[in-house]
Amino acid sequence: MYDLAIIGAGVVGSALAYTLSQYDLDIALVEKENDVAMGATRANTAIIHAGYDPAPDTLMGQLNVEGTRLCYQLCEELDVEHRKTGSLVVAFDEEQRATLDVLCQYGIENGCQGLEIIDGSEVRKREPNLSEKIVSALWAPDAGVINPWEFALAMAEVAVRNGVAFMPNSKVTGLSRHSDHYEITLTPTDSKPVSLDSRTIHAHYVVNASGVESDLIHNMVAPPQFTVQPTRGEYFLLDRTVGPLVESVIFQCPGSYGKGVTVSPTIHDNFLIGPNSEIIEDREDTAVTKKALDEIESLAKQMLPTLDVRASIRNFAGVRANSTRNDFVIEMSANGFLDLAAIKSPGLTCAPSIARYARDLLEQDGLTLNRKSDWQGGRTVVRFKEIPEEDREAFIRDNPLYGRVICRCETITEGEIVAAMRREIPPVSIDGVKRRAGTGMGRCQSGFCGPRVLEILARESSRSPLSIEEDASGSIILTEETKRGGCSRA
Amino acid sequence: MRDNYQMVVIGGGPAGLGAALSARGDGLERILIVERDVELGGILNQCIHNGFGLHYFKEELTGPEYACRLIDSLEENGIDVACDTMVLAIEPTEGGQRVCLMSANEGYRFIETQALILAMGCRERTRGAIQIPGTRVAGILTAGTAQRYVNIEGYMVGKRVIILGSGDIGLIMARRLTLEGAKVLACVEIMPYSGGLSRNIVQCLNDYDIPLLLSHTITNIEGKKRVERVTVQQVNSSFVPIRRTEIDYEVDTVLLSVGLIPENELTRAAGIEIDPRTSGPVVFENNETSVAGVFACGNVLHVHDLVDYVTEESANAGKAAAAYVIDKQSMHESSKRTIAVVSDDSIGYTVPQKIRPTFIEKSIRIFFRVREPHKTPKRIILRDDDQVIASFRRPYMAPGEMEHVTISKDQIDQIENNQLSISIEA
Repeated sequence: MYDLAIIGAGVVGSALAYTLSQYDLDIALVEKENDVAMGATRANTAIIHAGYDPAPDTLMGQLNVEGTRLCYQLCEELDVEHRKTGSLVVAFDEEQRATLDVLCQYGIENGCQGLEIIDGSEVRKREPNLSEKIVSALWAPDAGVINPWEFALAMAEVAVRNGVAFMPNSKVTGLSRHSDHYEITLTPTDSKPVSLDSRTIHAHYVVNASGVESDLIHNMVAPPQFTVQPTRGEYFLLDRTVGPLVESVIFQCPGSYGKGVTVSPTIHDNFLIGPNSEIIEDREDTAVTKKALDEIESLAKQMLPTLDVRASIRNFAGVRANSTRNDFVIEMSANGFLDLAAIKSPGLTCAPSIARYARDLLEQDGLTLNRKSDWQGGRTVVRFKEIPEEDREAFIRDNPLYGRVICRCETITEGEIVAAMRREIPPVSIDGVKRRAGTGMGRCQSGFCGPRVLEILARESSRSPLSIEEDASGSIILTEETKRGGCSRA
Repeated sequence: MRDNYQMVVIGGGPAGLGAALSARGDGLERILIVERDVELGGILNQCIHNGFGLHYFKEELTGPEYACRLIDSLEENGIDVACDTMVLAIEPTEGGQRVCLMSANEGYRFIETQALILAMGCRERTRGAIQIPGTRVAGILTAGTAQRYVNIEGYMVGKRVIILGSGDIGLIMARRLTLEGAKVLACVEIMPYSGGLSRNIVQCLNDYDIPLLLSHTITNIEGKKRVERVTVQQVNSSFVPIRRTEIDYEVDTVLLSVGLIPENELTRAAGIEIDPRTSGPVVFENNETSVAGVFACGNVLHVHDLVDYVTEESANAGKAAAAYVIDKQSMHESSKRTIAVVSDDSIGYTVPQKIRPTFIEKSIRIFFRVREPHKTPKRIILRDDDQVIASFRRPYMAPGEMEHVTISKDQIDQIENNQLSISIEA
């Protein structure tokens, strides 16, 4: 019997697992995919929002600024890649200029510091590539960029280190209330028929952090109160060779052309452009479309007239859990059942403040919170690129695997991959390694390092290369041995 | 490994090997080849098909056999080799270049060299670069990556395959996967002509009844975990898909063979001038780059069709590097006059881009690719202003095949202006 089961190991579920792992509780972190951060957490704009965007009377508005502060604090404590860049919301006309005033007022009420409305010439002084047509902008110094999947992973890793049971490949297919607890039916994601390989766990409390499926989980135990409207956003990732494009995060002001797109540097010095916003039917439909990419390109060019998307190294799409509530749904929706549902933007930024808010709600509901005396926080990651030049020789002498470059575009070494495989939640796929070590993030997109990562993954986990997946469970890369046989036979 | 060399070669593929052997033949004694893979040979190691060496060795070899010939001579000549070693940076010093390299065995170290050969090869364009709509699932990979899995690792990448792009590696893999039991349904090319060698169209597609769909492209990829279906559409002359020409293919694999890009991150970081047309360094007649003592050859310079030409080019680079070291004289300083090679829109690029008449002994070869196929005989005309310097007849030319012309020192000496223009004329 668990004290608590968290459904969904995205950034929200991971943040809650991290927060509650500090107390004397038995916790299960249940995830339908094969890794942490497989939903909206992996495919978003990767921004730490400053907090001027949501209206002050929403949960989003109330949790944002605290989330921003906690994000930076956690990034430092857990060695998560991030950079405070500041952000600009740009206005092209007087109508948009008026919107900036509204945003600025929201920001002040939400507790943002250092907001400033600057004129067009000051905008171009700070960001020389921005359009001459921009008349003013709202500057928010506390905005930044973050590695979102590393953020979720880091929190989940610390949680697991402190006793949280991570259960990947476990889709919740049943949820029923018994006298003082829930019975949760977990089914392997690829199981057919569903009934065969299912198992059950029991927990006094269930927390619904299932993102784009959070209304479905909610409806298993409570009357429908909101509906998720899966909203797809598509992106371009541009190679750093186009740079320097922008130094800070640039948002378009909402206007007659719609919500607008964002141009942002990434923590790896590439550039992210997007998203559009399209309500779709299939919650898992992360396909990209020519129409959306064309739309994003043309919107981004309004801000950056010289933009050249031929430097694109990847397109991707994420599905956001927008809902009919138009706010986060954070409440005890049934006896022992806490919704952290419909967490849309700025959910990444708010994840740590949502976790604290959730902790307090659970405590008010009667969950006993006793701090562990032996909780082990903190996390460090060795990144070869960050080792000072004068220390590299000695470091490699002691750790030879850090001298072998596997990903040549991003200079990621075998040492970093092997270290990632020995952390609390080891990667099981090529993209799992990518999310942890950064291999394949660059311009060749795993063309050269993919086969070598596959080999290391198979070797370190004693698996056949034929079983290694590219990403989600079932995304097999190699189908069979050739007629003369694979390396394993040599 | 020493701390200083007369010449360091970055890349142990055919270009690097050729340059090292030629410089050794011309008298250099301290040469180091740095290779990032665990063995020498470069991409030839995974090219197990035949057709290599017809021009250079006058016999038909497989890729590994071709590489082996070069590697064997290397061993006889006492050239130092550092495999499994990555060059992280190059920077100029007073006497030449300082190379930062790293490996598990030798750690992180710096090596001084008088001459440097850039021979890093090229990489494949990816899906992200051409923005194919659809899902991002397993089963979409570049033809070269697939070639590595199949030929080096011994694993198949799929059972029902469609190939986008008609570059040579894609064509070769169409045949290879067919021989391994996969069904290759089509090779789809957005251009109205193939990007590969004619012989590969015949031997790898036609011989196996694999259709080549020209002026077609993939407009959608579907699938949950792995590719399940792709949509192919015909395109108009502006490459826009034409409605109601959709054909759906049930496939589990999409191979991309949509172009190669010279890999010049080190070159750019070192501030060496790059030609946007080739994506490789700008070079003089002796393969010297804009930095004295740094030479480039092979696919890092421009993408070649045949390895035989790489060997020839790298011999030129190695010879020049040896002359640079032995004569202790910078050709940059001693050359007074430079002729720029320019071309009109019918030609994609030329290599070399610049010629210093002083350093031409007998003749020089100018390599280039045409932008569009010429199915009827044409003339390649080289002019100094209005003056025709040389003219060559070609019965057939295509973008997939590299062209070259050889002009003599006498012809070069006739050039009065500092510009030599090349054009294709009827």
